Order: sequence, then C-alpha cells, then structure tokens
Amino acid sequence: MMKRTLKVGFIVLMLLLIYAPILILAFFSFTEATQIGQFRAFSMQNYVMLFTTEELRDMILGTLLLALGSSVLATILGTLGAIGSFYSRKQFSSMYSTINQIPVINADVVTGFSMCILLVVVLGISKDSFIPLIAGQTALSAPFVYLSVMPKLKQMDSSLYEAALDLGAKPGKALFGVVIPQIASGIVSGFMLAITLSLDDYFIATYTKPATFDTISTYVVNATKGSHTDIKTALWALSTVIFVIVVIIVVGMNLNARRHSDSRRERA
Amino acid sequence: MKFSRKSLGIPYAVFLLLFVVGPLLVLFYYAFTNGEGHFTLRNLTDFFTDPNTLGTLFYSLLVAAVTTVFCLLLSYPTAYILATSKLKTKSVLIMLFVMPMWINFSLRITALKEILTLIEGNLAYYPFLNSVIGMTYDFLPFMILPIYNTIVRLDGSLIEAAKDLGANDTRAFLKVTLPLSVPGIVSGVSMVFLPAMTNYVVLDMLYNSTYIMGSLIGSYFSAYNWHGGSMIALILLALICIFTLITDSGSAEDSGVRGGALL
Repeated sequence: MMKRTLKVGFIVLMLLLIYAPILILAFFSFTEATQIGQFRAFSMQNYVMLFTTEELRDMILGTLLLALGSSVLATILGTLGAIGSFYSRKQFSSMYSTINQIPVINADVVTGFSMCILLVVVLGISKDSFIPLIAGQTALSAPFVYLSVMPKLKQMDSSLYEAALDLGAKPGKALFGVVIPQIASGIVSGFMLAITLSLDDYFIATYTKPATFDTISTYVVNATKGSHTDIKTALWALSTVIFVIVVIIVVGMNLNARRHSDSRRERA
Repeated sequence: MKFSRKSLGIPYAVFLLLFVVGPLLVLFYYAFTNGEGHFTLRNLTDFFTDPNTLGTLFYSLLVAAVTTVFCLLLSYPTAYILATSKLKTKSVLIMLFVMPMWINFSLRITALKEILTLIEGNLAYYPFLNSVIGMTYDFLPFMILPIYNTIVRLDGSLIEAAKDLGANDTRAFLKVTLPLSVPGIVSGVSMVFLPAMTNYVVLDMLYNSTYIMGSLIGSYFSAYNWHGGSMIALILLALICIFTLITDSGSAEDSGVRGGALL
C-alpha cells in the first residue's frame, strides 16, 4: 500500500513539475499582471492584443504557412524517396538510408549553419526569397517522412502490385491504387512529424530566414530578450492558446483511437 | 520510356545531394580555408589552443552530462512506474508526459523563465543550475518515451520466472528489468546528450551568458566568420558521429521519438 502511494505521489509530482509553469503562465495571462506573482485585476487584454496586433497575427500565420508548405514538400519528397529506395538495388537503397540519417542525427545548429553557408554565402541566394528557409526546413523533415514510410513499404503485401499489373493496370495506376493506400498511414504520420518539426524549429529558421520574417520560435526568443511588456504578456496568451489546442488534439486523437478499437472489438 | 519504380526516388536523391551532402561539403571546405580561399589548419589549431574555446567544449560536455543524469534520474522511475502499472489509463498518462513536446519549446521555456525569475530573483546568479534546469525541462519527454517503450514491451514472464526462482522484487528488478531496459536508456541518453551540447537558445532565453558549443556557432555567425563557424560545426559533427557510433543510436524508432510520435 505504502509503495503504491509513493508511486502515485511521484507521478503526480512529475506532472506538477512539467505543467506548473505552463498553467501558472496561463493563469496570469488572464490578468493585467506584467510579471508572474503580481496579483492584478482579471482582464482579457492579452488575448485582444494577441489577435488584433498585426505583427503578431502575421507571425503566427507565417509560421503556419511555412510549416504547411515545407511539410507538403517534405512529404512528397520523402515518400517518393522511400518508394524509390525500396525498389532499388541494395547498394543504392543503403546509400539512400545512410544519407537520409545525416539530418536526423545531426544537430540542428549544424544543419542550419551549413545550409546558410551553402545557399546564402556560396550560391548567393537571398534569404528574402524564402528559398533557404523552405529548403532548410524541408531538408530537416523529409528524412523523417522517409523513415516513417519505409516500414510500411516493408510490411506491404507486394504481390498486390503484381496482381494489379497482371489485371491490366498501368504501373502508375497500380502505384496510386495499390501501393499508396497501403503506406498511407506512414505518409500521414510522416506529414504530422514534419509539421511538428517545422513548428518547433528554431535553428534552421534563425540561420536562413529573411530578416523581416519571424516564426513563433524566433519571435518569442527575440521577445524574451527585449523589454516590451505588452508583447511579452501577449505571448503568455499565445502559450495558453497553443496549450489548449494541443490538449484538444490529443484528447481528440485518444477518443478517436478508442472508438476505432471499440468498433474493431465489436466486429470481432 | 519504360516506367520504373526506382526512378521515383530520383527527385529525393537529387534533393539529398543538394541540401544534405552539399552543405556538408561546403562546411568542410570553409573549415579548412581562410578568407582568401587558401588551405589552412588555422581554424583547427585555433580551436584547440585557445583556452576559451577549449573551456567551452569542456563546459558544454559538463552541462550535457549533468543534464543527461538529471533527465535519467527523473525519467527512469516515471517510465518504470507507468509501464509496469496495471492501469488501463496508462496510455493516457504517458500521453500527458509527451504532450509538452507539441507545445513550442520557446513558449515552454518562457514559462519556465518566469517561474525561475520568481524563485531566484535574478537569473544571472545561477547560470549552470539554470542551464541544467532549462535543458532538463525541455528534453525530459525525449528520455521518458524511449525508456517507457522499452519497459512496456518487456516480456512479463521473465520477471515472474525470476520471482519463481526465488528473487525478491529488488533483485528481479536489478537482474532482469534494468538490464533489459538498457536499449531504451541508451536511446534516451542520445536524444538528450547531443542537444544539450548544442541547443544554446535555451541558455539565451534564460539570460545566460555562459557558452556551450552551439553558442560558438551562433557568435561566429553573428560576426560573419564563416570559416571559424564551419570548424566548430565540423568538430560538433565529429562528436556527433563518435557518439552515434558508440551508442549505435539513430535508428528509425529514435527518430520517431524526436517528433513525439505516438501515432
């Protein structure tokens, strides 16, 4: 009994440590306080500020568009790469996989810095063109798409593709009609991974982004160094909004997964 | 032209050559040349003779080691308790521990900074402690998840067998569970140690003026010193390679952990 209490106590303590900062920040985001621990009147001004300040709105929208764009690119490239590699001879296939590991194990600082040197310093591509930024984030996340598609290809029933060809389907049609559906779950989770990587990226963005463009990460990092208190507290509101969105997505995913397993059980 | 499934990989192959191999080659070139484009070892010898840069290397190894130990001490019991509990809700509980990964790190560190400021007053007084706390807070899920995944897949009958053969709980844990969870620990350590040497933005955000290896790249970048920065990046790359070879990490599963993938 004693042991059980200890265990529960430890888990609760850990959860408190992890969530206390986020929840305390959320509480003060609904007040006029400019510092944690100041008890002022409740107010929604931080949220009004967050959604009406053009600079903040552009920054959030820009981050989302960048994440979407680089993730779509990464998903297409990574999926095609995985399919190509899967059907290639062994030497080629292992070459793909080796090079694919580089951005995965490399430090983001190194990836971002080397990207900046090649594209901006050597090739002279302007950062304002967004090309270095998009290429950099795509290079970071495409390998993760490759890695999440590959196991699905290996599990796939390869005779179905042959069967489709035997039945007269053109290779392209067989690919889209037979192969892609079988690896779809890998493509989707690869895409989700790419989105999270892009949203959380700081280093690639800071080394390759146009000077006038900011992602949430670069904006928040610069804001913590500055002294604009109204912007600072508006970011508390942003933190709270993102927290709530993440909670909703996670709860939704859990309910969805449970419903799926329930219906599977009923069918069985 | 005959359709070949192999050829579908060509765009990605070109992409990898251009944006993964290309930058590394350029990094090599810049690291071993000077401003006039002549071959030089200056950047390398400078790094290993300057007490400041050497100090930074050892300091960042220390920060990374202490952070890793902190993360491990907090993560192992958490992962163990969750993985071995008979609760039906344990998948929800582990989700709670992983969820912070999906909240932008800069916002999480902002929250931590406000709390630490409230407790400590001036963050500048405890740079080392704050670095370790900040990194531990940031990287904790990366340690919990792989350890949890390893323990939860352990064959429970092995532990029962150990107990049937007369081992008590402690002994069964030390002789069976702990050794079998080593792969998860190794994977977690590699997910924490390397970022803790390079992720200098956590330090920056906590008003820290101490330098780790990553900060050196940042400062060379701000000074437009591409050659010096490339050498630091190359040294980091070498450290990463050595570390990856030793731990044999970087598998597909590890990469899933990085994205917080429970999908």
